[in-house]
Amino acid sequence: MSQPAPSSFDPQLFFGLRYASHGTRLGVGYRTHGPDWAELELPYREDLIGDPASGVLASGPILALMDMATAVSVWLRAGAFVPQATLDLRIDYLRPATPGRTVIGRGECYRLTRSIAFVRGQAHDGDPDDPIAHVAGTFMATEGYR
Amino acid sequence: MILPPYARLLGLTVEPGDDAPVLVMPFGPDVLGRPGFLHGGAIGGLLEMAAVGALWQALGTDETQVKPINLTVDYMRGGRDKPTRARGIVTRLGTRVANVEAVAWQDEPDRPIAAARMNYLILR
Repeated sequence: MSQPAPSSFDPQLFFGLRYASHGTRLGVGYRTHGPDWAELELPYREDLIGDPASGVLASGPILALMDMATAVSVWLRAGAFVPQATLDLRIDYLRPATPGRTVIGRGECYRLTRSIAFVRGQAHDGDPDDPIAHVAGTFMATEGYR
Repeated sequence: MILPPYARLLGLTVEPGDDAPVLVMPFGPDVLGRPGFLHGGAIGGLLEMAAVGALWQALGTDETQVKPINLTVDYMRGGRDKPTRARGIVTRLGTRVANVEAVAWQDEPDRPIAAARMNYLILR
C-alpha cells in the first residue's frame, strides 16, 4: 500500500479554532494524527451520561467522536479540508466506557476515491487492546475529493 | 420517559405517541456540525434516544435496563435550521434482544434526513 503524501490539512489547528458546534459542546479535543488517521479525545463529563444509575456515558457522544475522528482522517488523506457529508456510519458497542475515563477515538481513511471515502476506527478508554467501540462508514465529497 | 443528562444536552423534548414517543431536537450551536447543518453525531444521538423511547414503551417500563449492541445510521439529507423529529419502531421484541429502527425528519415524516437500525440487549 502506498503511503499518502503528508497532508496540508492541520487537525490541531482545526480543533484549536473551537467555534460553537456539537464537538465543542461535547468537549472533543485533538490528540495526534498521521497521514491518513487521527486520534481525538472525549473527556468524561457528567452531562454526557446516558445511564444516571451507573454513570456510564451515552452512546451518542461516542458515535459523534468517531464521526469526527473518521471525518478528520479523510481530510488528512485528501490533503485538504474538503466539504463532505457522512453517508453511513455503523458502530459496534463492544463494552460500556468506564465512568470517569477519557474516551479516545482513532479514525482511519483506508480508501479514497474521487467522490467516496471509506473509513474505520476504534475507541478505547486507556488501553487500545481493550476497545469500547468499533466503527465502519463512508463519507461523500459534495464537490469531489480530488 | 425520563431523559438522561445527554438528552438534555441535545435539548430533547418528548411528544407522547400511541406506539412510540416522538423526540424533538431544536436546532442550535450545541448540535451544529459544519456551518448551517446539524452534526451527524447529534442526529445519531437523537435516533438512539428515539429507539430507546420506543423500546421502553414496548416493554411497558423504563425500569428495564437496555444496552445498545450496535447502531447503523444512514444519512440522507443535511439537517437544516429547524426542529428535527425522530421516532423509533420495535421490529422484534425478544426476551434477550430487540431489533429497533428509527427515522428522523424535519418537514415531512416521509422525507427522512436520517434512519437507523439497532440491536439492543435486554437485561430483564
